[in-house]
Amino acid sequence: MTAPGPPIGMLAELTHRCPLQCPYCSNPAKLLKANTELETADWIRVFDEAADLGILQIHLSGGEPTLRTDLGDIVQALSSRGVYTNLITAGVNLKPGRIMTLKQAGLDHVQLSIQGATAEVTELIGNMKGAFEQKMATAKAVREAAMPLTLNAPIHRHNIHQVQDFIELALQLDADRLEIANVQYYGWALINRSKLMPAWDDVMRQIDIVEQAREQLRGILLIDFVTPDYYAEFPKPCMGGWARDAFMVTPDGTAMPCHAAHTIPDLRFDNVKDKPLGEIWQNSAAFDAYRGTDWMQEPCRSCERREADFGGCRCQALAITGNAAATDPACSKSPLHEKMLKIAGQTQTPNNNSDSFAYRRIGASVE
Amino acid sequence: MTPAPVRQRLEIRSASKPHLPCHVRLQFEPVRQAWALLSPEKVMWPDEVSHDILKRCDGITTVDQMICELAAEYDAPEETIRGDVLGFLQTWADRKLVLA
Repeated sequence: MTAPGPPIGMLAELTHRCPLQCPYCSNPAKLLKANTELETADWIRVFDEAADLGILQIHLSGGEPTLRTDLGDIVQALSSRGVYTNLITAGVNLKPGRIMTLKQAGLDHVQLSIQGATAEVTELIGNMKGAFEQKMATAKAVREAAMPLTLNAPIHRHNIHQVQDFIELALQLDADRLEIANVQYYGWALINRSKLMPAWDDVMRQIDIVEQAREQLRGILLIDFVTPDYYAEFPKPCMGGWARDAFMVTPDGTAMPCHAAHTIPDLRFDNVKDKPLGEIWQNSAAFDAYRGTDWMQEPCRSCERREADFGGCRCQALAITGNAAATDPACSKSPLHEKMLKIAGQTQTPNNNSDSFAYRRIGASVE
Repeated sequence: MTPAPVRQRLEIRSASKPHLPCHVRLQFEPVRQAWALLSPEKVMWPDEVSHDILKRCDGITTVDQMICELAAEYDAPEETIRGDVLGFLQTWADRKLVLA
C-alpha cells in the first residue's frame, strides 16, 4: 500500500461528560470517566503535532466540550497555528459570555445540536428540562459574537415530522447551515434502534421537504442532508474513507479511524500519549486495517464506486453482517441489503412511546 | 420569539465587490505546498484559476476589474471569461463562502 497523504481533519472528543443523555449518542456505550481525560498540556501537544502534520480543521467535540474549563486555552493554541476550529456543542449550561470568550480565543465556527424543533421534543430526547431555551440563548450568543452557526438536527422517529420546523427555526436563529442528519445506528443508537427507526413514508416525505427547501432557500440557508442508511441505495463514504483524510481521538487519547471503530474486535489502537501523531497516522495497525481498497471483498473490490464510497461504514458492516470487511449493507449491491430493509420495516410499530429509551449515561448500557 | 431576520440571496453583479467572510480563510498550507480554503466543516483546494479569483476577493476590487485583470493575465477576451467569473462567484455566494 502507498503511504497515506496528510490528514485534513481531526475530531477531538475532549470529554465524554455531557448534561444531555440522547439515546443515539455517537460515544461508545462504555463511557470514559473524567479522571481518564487527557490533560490540557497533552491536548495542546497533540494539536501542535496535528498542525505539523498538515491538519487544517479540528472539530472540538465530546460529550460536551464546554465542560472542559481549558477549552479557551485549547482554542487559542489551535488558532495560533492557523488551524480552523469548529465547536460541536449541545449549548446548555454555558455561562453568560462563554461564547464571546471562545470567539476572542479564536474560535471559527459553532455547530449547535438541536434535538427537537420544540421544547417538548428536545427535553424528551436529551432528558433535560429547560434544554431548548438554553439552546436558543446559545444560538443567539453565537450570532451576537458574529460567528457562523450550524444547527445539527439528528433525525429519527420522534422528530422526523419536525423537519419543516427545523428549517424555519434555522432561519429564525439566523443560522448559515442546517444539518438534517438521519441517525446512524451504532453505539447508543444501535441499542435504541427499535425505538428510533423512522417509517419509510416519513423518510420519503422528509426527502421531499429538504429538496424543496434547498431550492427555495438557495443562497439563504445551506441544508446538509445525511441520508438514512437503512433506506439508502448506496452507502456513505464513512469518514471520507477509513483513515484517508480524517480520524478522531477519544478523551483518554486513543486514536481511532472513526467513532465506533472500538466495536470492531481485534483492532489495535495507539494512544497519543505513547506515540507522536504522525507515527500513528502512518503506521497504526487500526488505521492500516481498512485503508485504501486492498482489504475489500466482492462486491466492493470490483465496484466502480469503490473509490467514491470506500465500501461504506465498517462498523455498520460488522453490526449487521458480522464481518467488518463486508460491504456495508446500506449498499443495494450487498447480499444483506434486504435484511437491513427488513430490520427497518420490523421496527415500524406505531409505538411513539419513549419510556423505554436506554438514555446515554454512565453504566446505563446493556453490554 | 422575535421575527426572523429577513435574508435574501446575494446576487453577484459586475459592480459587486466580493470578499470572503471572516470565517472563511484562504491560506497556504506548507505541508502540501498548496492553497487551502477553510470554511465551516469543509476544506477546499482551489485550483489555479479559482485561486486567482479568490485572492482578488478583497472587498475593494469589483467583478468588472477582476475580469479585466484576469483577461490580461490569461490573455483571453473579457467576454469569454465574464460568464465563468460571474458563475463561479455566484456559486460561491450561494454556498455562503463569498460576500459582497
